[in-house]
This record gives sequence, structure tokens and C-alpha cells, in this order.
Amino acid sequence: MARFGMAIDTVRCVGCMDCVVACKTENSVPEGFNRDWIATEVTGTFPTLHMEIRSERCNHCDSPPCVHCCPTGASHVHDVGGVVLVDYDKCIGCKACVASCPYGARFINPSGYAEKCTFCIHRVEQGLLPACVSVCPTHCMHFGDLDDPNSEVSQLLASRNHHSLLPEAGTKPRIFYLT
Amino acid sequence: MSAYSRRKFLKISAATVTAATAASACTEASATPPAPARRATKGVERVPTYCDVCFWKCGAIASVRDGALWKIEGNPIDPLSRGRLCPRGTGGIGAHSDPDRLKRPLIRRSDRGREEWAEVSWDEAFAYIAKKMHTIKETHGPESVAMFAHGIGGNFLKHTLKAYGTPNFAAPSFAQCRGPRDVGFRMTFGEDVGSPERTDIKNAQCLVLIGSHLGENMHNTQVQEFAEAVGNGATIIVADPRFSVAASKAKHYLPIKPGTDLALVLAWMNVIVTEGLYDKDYVAKYGFGFDQFAASIAANTPEWAYPETGIEPEVIRATAREMARHKPATLVHPGRHSAWYGDDTQRSRAVALLNALLGSWGRKGGFYTPVSMSVPGYPYPAYPTAPAKVDNPGGKYPFAHEAISTGIREATITGQPYPIKGWFVYATNLIHSLPNEAETIKAIQNLDLLVVVDVIPSEIAGWADVVLPESVYLERYDDLNVEWFREPFVALRQPVIDSPDDQKPNWWMAKRLAETLGLAHYYPWKNIEEYLDHRLTAAGLSFDELKKEGIIRGAPQPIFFDDGAPSEFATPSGKIEFFSLQLQKAGFDPVPVYHRPAEPPAGSFRLLAGRAPVHTFSRTQSNRILSDMMDENEVWINADMARRLDVKSGDYVRLKNQDAVVSNRIRVKATERIRPDCVYMVHGFGHTARGLRHALQKGASDAGLITRYATDPLMGGTGMNVNFVTIEPEVTHG
Repeated sequence: MARFGMAIDTVRCVGCMDCVVACKTENSVPEGFNRDWIATEVTGTFPTLHMEIRSERCNHCDSPPCVHCCPTGASHVHDVGGVVLVDYDKCIGCKACVASCPYGARFINPSGYAEKCTFCIHRVEQGLLPACVSVCPTHCMHFGDLDDPNSEVSQLLASRNHHSLLPEAGTKPRIFYLT
Repeated sequence: MSAYSRRKFLKISAATVTAATAASACTEASATPPAPARRATKGVERVPTYCDVCFWKCGAIASVRDGALWKIEGNPIDPLSRGRLCPRGTGGIGAHSDPDRLKRPLIRRSDRGREEWAEVSWDEAFAYIAKKMHTIKETHGPESVAMFAHGIGGNFLKHTLKAYGTPNFAAPSFAQCRGPRDVGFRMTFGEDVGSPERTDIKNAQCLVLIGSHLGENMHNTQVQEFAEAVGNGATIIVADPRFSVAASKAKHYLPIKPGTDLALVLAWMNVIVTEGLYDKDYVAKYGFGFDQFAASIAANTPEWAYPETGIEPEVIRATAREMARHKPATLVHPGRHSAWYGDDTQRSRAVALLNALLGSWGRKGGFYTPVSMSVPGYPYPAYPTAPAKVDNPGGKYPFAHEAISTGIREATITGQPYPIKGWFVYATNLIHSLPNEAETIKAIQNLDLLVVVDVIPSEIAGWADVVLPESVYLERYDDLNVEWFREPFVALRQPVIDSPDDQKPNWWMAKRLAETLGLAHYYPWKNIEEYLDHRLTAAGLSFDELKKEGIIRGAPQPIFFDDGAPSEFATPSGKIEFFSLQLQKAGFDPVPVYHRPAEPPAGSFRLLAGRAPVHTFSRTQSNRILSDMMDENEVWINADMARRLDVKSGDYVRLKNQDAVVSNRIRVKATERIRPDCVYMVHGFGHTARGLRHALQKGASDAGLITRYATDPLMGGTGMNVNFVTIEPEVTHG
């Protein structure tokens, strides 16, 4: 079974937020909310500075606390690619998952259910890339099967320096940032 | 007419439809109304078109799902978008659904600027405009009507006004933006940089950005190529008072003192000439006046430039050598918004000369020679003979090759060389795009007619006598995009979805106005499809194919000298002019000379402005998708200065300029990413037009603080980085 993940090239990323906008239109994310976002980390003192720009979202963790804590089984690991999803019909909007996520990736949709990045599984199952990946003008985002050593993401992770977010949280995130 | 106040206008919906319908029933429109888009109510339809959120005009494919606009993506066969839109393009669908849009034609019913309107039918609006235009023509002549426009959508209205008899058309994109750059390059190479810029960024091995913040300034193809160059390991050199996104990708970041860029460029050239690092064959073959040029810059050593720029001599030398090492694939980017300090043409000319030394003009990794498709214009009847243009009397600015918008404003105020009594403003918010708002308002008060065509109730619309609500780009046909680019192509904009209210496409307005003015013979076509079909057929192309594909590409042609592109220079000498006799003859420096700009007084900061990737000028802040990305702007203040001023990130402050103008409140971004002697904000925020309900009073307007400007004596550009501000604490209540 595939294990989907992303490798995002911080060297190319300019933080333009096209990924955020594309997610919003593709998934009709309600006004005032976004499923992905841009984080900018600046270190140093002017003018000797380093800046990392990252497109962030749900990490579709191998050990997802949001799934473990869900009282109704709405948060679950999908058969295809091990993507973490929410069954909106089962969700009661209790916010346990929102609190459990160390990445702040979830929010409660005004209709009352927990919402977050789905890796655009509806597109992936049609052979398309997630909207954020397909739109990125800098081609900094790569999506694929982390278990396939020949996939683009695996090749990039094998050949480039990279890090993930909050590895110490023990969630085994599946989004990696190339540096 | 149904009269109503601004307060009521905020709530316009079905309530006023009845009155408007009754009014339009009195007359009958003769122009063929635009055909409805007719989309299927079930399933997904994909319609190719081209974007209008900025002027780049990327090819796109819009998706309509179950009859409603869903999303828009890049057209994979479009050479501009290369299948990927920028965030503004992706969020462009928010323009269609923006609840703050203009909905119906409006006529002013109170004092100018009070934003109190009567809603009228289109025929009433045209009748009102035509009557005023007839009076202006009889009293002053047709040349007393001028038009300001931005973008391709203004083409048809321009045609109507040329038929009416005026020669006066200007765009702020010249004197307020790219004009100095284009004149500087034209005087050196004989040609403009153009738009889209003829920069071969993707093949550059060394890219030099001087204040140009690609990545934040989101010109799609350029940003894509920038990322490509970064990914390929190109050496990036950035000179900017602010640690921009581009600076974060740079091998060399030069935190230059604002206003001293010309000193840096002269020093770079000094090193390259002194050390013999320039492309000697290229300069010998194509250059004119090199020896005089070399003598002129002999004193501009890195040591001379150091106290001016704050950049250490060894850094200037190292970066100059790095540029030379990668020549001719070193691109010193010409920038775009170049109206900074009033000496901008000479600075741009220096940038052109640095490229000439590196042999990058016409070479791979430098500047390509753009090509375009041959699509003949529509064979209209000849326009009436018009008198000389009003904007540049006596050639006061001898090298302005386009009309100067601020020159038209000046003539409107003074009545010299002849009066201007009518303005048409198409898709440019002059209150935000021209410096010194007070002068703009003074000019407006001298008008007998101000017509604004816009999609949102912008600030300039608030000053209008008549407001004509335009369909957004997703709802209309427009003229063909026959762009000069890397390869020839033609692109079509076509309606994806119907306008939600009584908005109309610009072509329909222009034709209908011409008919009302008795100029119907200037529109031999019934509707725009007929016009487009005529032009395409004349070019041997198929309208049906273009409707289906959105883009038709032509055969590639050589775009570099080495591949056979003609190495011709339309300068007086026919060569690259290192020394300019025409400048010398006109009394200007034949080789650029640096003059130190005035410094901010103690306690003040120089005000700088730039772009965010999710907004275009002042026209997208009410787009709910884009405002969800960035809702207000921030003032960037150096972290150390912020500590001294006792303000922190997130605090609201106000900026007060040297003329005691105080901005709207704006949040502080205390950051290491900027020098301590300047502050920075993104342009386009701080709206004051009451109809922009969502964007109203969010953030501050840089334009409002730009009361001073330095006019470029060569071409009339308005340098706008010459304003100084202090940080005033925001008094909060409760």
C-alpha cells in the first residue's frame, strides 16, 4: 500500500500563498479559514539573516494523535495512501482533534465538523496531484509515495538535506522540507 | 431615476431594480447586448480565457461546476502561465463573487466626492455623458476630454474617444511606474524592456536584483523563472534596503542605503572597466562612445561609493567580479516600478550600461529579443485630426515617448496649454496610483465631466459624475492578447459566467457610447464576436479554435543574437550608446552621474512601498479570497528602532509625513528584515471609499502619504520614494 507524503523545497519557495488560494478554491474552504498556510522563520540580525519559508498543512502523520483521540471514529486513516481524513457525517465537532494536533492543522467548519487538508484525495484518486502542488508557480512542492524508493519524493529525500516539523512530538509527520 | 444616499447604496439589491427597469423601458438600446454565457447546470465545464488580475495576462482555464464558478487554473499551452497561475490569478474568481461590486450605472447627485448617487439605466448614463461631451466639444474642442486607462480592457473606449477627436490618453504605468526604466533602456539600446519584460531569467547564471522584489512582486513567468534559476544554482545578488524574499535566496545580499543605487551601479561598472572584465568583443562590435563613458566613471570607485551606499568596497568588487565571471549570462534586472527618486531614467540607463558591459542584451541568460504574432488591427475609418497632446507642452520632458498622466492632471489644473474638461478613467484608481492626492482632487474640481469605469466602488469612482459598472474579466470578451514574448501567440478572453447584476463589458459600453455620440460608423461590427472573428480571419487564424483552446501559438523564431535574432539598435548612432549625444545635446548628462538624495531628518524614516504576492495595486482588497490571504498591510520597522520607539509587532500606529498628513492606523511589523533608516509597506491598502465595505480603513495607504514627488527631467516620471514619515502612537479607547 502506498504511503503518501510531500517533499517541499524551501530553496525554491517564495511564500506566495498560491498553495493556500488553490486549496481554498478547489475545496471551497469557507471565508475566514484555510487548510494550509505559509510560515516564515527568520534568524540572525540585520543584515546577516537566514529565512526559511514553508508551505504548511496537516502532516498526515504515521502516528496521528487526531485519529487516536477521536471519540466517534470520524478521524481515520484512509485506505488509499494512508491519508488522514475526517468523515464529516460521523464528526460531532468536539474539537478533541483540534486540541491534539501539534501543527494546528485543523479547524471547525462553520457547519460544525472538523476540517483540514485531505491531500486532495479526490484528485489523487483520479490521477491528479493535490491542488496546492499542481498550482505552485515555483514548482517547489512534490507529492508521492514515500514507500516507493523510485518515487520523486523518495528520490528527493534521499538526495537532499531535509527536516520535518516537530519530530519530537512523535507523530511521525509525512511532510518534509528540503533545505 | 431612483435617488438614494450612500447609506442606502450599501444595501442596494432588489429594492432598486424596479426603478432602474422602469427607466430603461423608456428607451431602446441599439447595440447588440452581450450574449449570456449559458453554462450547463449539471457537471463541470472548462472554459479557456486569460487573466486580468494584473497586466501579465496569463492564459487560464476556468471551471464552472453545476452552473457556478468553481476555480481557475493555468492553461498548460499558455507560454505565460506555463499551466500555473499566480495566487492572484488563482483567487481571481473572488472578483466575480465580490459582494461589494458595482452593480448598476450611477450618476452623482450631491457634491463631488460625497459618494451620493442616483442609480440610472445605461441609456440615461450614456445620454448624460454624451450631452456633457457635446458641450465640451462645442466650448473647448474634443481634445479637452482625456482618458486614463490601465490594461487591455481600455482599448475600445480609447477607440470611441479617438473617434470623438481627442489625442489625450495616458496610463499611470508610464510616469508612475515603468517609464523611467523604458526610457533609460531605449536611450541605450534603442528599445524598451517591454511588458512582459524581455528578461531571460531562467537561463541566467547570475541574476542581479536592485530593489526588485520578485516573489513578492508576483509577475508570473518571471517568478517561475526566478525559482527555476534559484533551483539551478544561479548566483543571486540582491541590493535592497529590505531583506526581501529574493534577498533570502541570494548569495550576496547588499543592504543598500535607499536612494543610492546609482552610486552602486557606477562603482560596479568602474570595477568591471578598470579590471578589464567587460565583454570586449561585444563592446567593440556594438558599442558607441565607450572611451568617453570609461573616462566619465573613472572616479566612481568602490571606495567612492562606500560612504554613499554603505556597501563595503570589497563586497562591491566581489560582486562585480562575480557578475563578470558569468557574462554574458548575467542579467542585471531592469526592475519594473522604477519611479523612485526623480533621477530614475539615468539610474535605469546605468543598469542598461552595466548589462551592455556584460554583453547580456540579446544573449541567452540576459535579454532576449521578443517576437509576436502578426494579427492586423480592425480596419476602422480614419480618426479626425487631433491637435497636439496636452501632457508635455513644448516637449518639456524631451524623452517621454508615452503620455504623462501627471501632465494631463497638471493641464487640468492650469488650463495650459489648453483646458481639459472631461476625464474618462478606466480601471485605474487614480487616488492611489498618482502621487499627491490633493492635486488630483484639485484637477477633478475643474472638470465638467468625470466618468469612471470600474468593477468595484474605488476611491476614484467615489469622485465621479458617472460610474459605469464593468463586468469582471470572467464575464466578458476583450480584445485579443497579441503579446511580444519569447514566442508568438494570441490569446482570447471570453465569458465564463454571466455578470450577476447590470454590469456590462467595456466593448459594449464603448460601442453604445459611440452610438449615442453619433459615431456609430466607427463600429462597423455588431458585436465583439464579429470583431474578433474579423481580426483572426485576417491573420489566417480560427476563432472557433481559439475559443476552444484559449491560445494559438505561432512558430518559434530566433530570440538571441547568437541564434540569428537581428542585432540592431534603434539609437541615433545605431549602436549601444555608452555615451549619449542626444542627452548631451538636450543638456543632460551623457553618461549617468550620481547625485546624493536628501536624507530623512532625525527621527524620521524614508517611506518605501512595494507589492504583496496576493494583491494587485488597490484593486483586489475586497476580493474575499485574496483578503483571506492578506487583509491589511503592515508597516515594517527595524526591530531595534521599534524597541527605541517602544512599539512591537501587532501594535497599531499611524504614520505622519513631512507635510503633516497622517495615515490610517496600521499594524507594526517589527523585523530584522529592514534597515533602520526606512520603513516599508505594501501598496494598495487603507481604502477610504465607503462602498468598499470589506476593505474600508484596513491598513494604511502609501499613496496618501506621498504628497511629494521628484519629477524626472528626462521624461516626467514622478519619483515617489522621497517622503519621510514619523511613527505616531495610535490612541486606543476602552
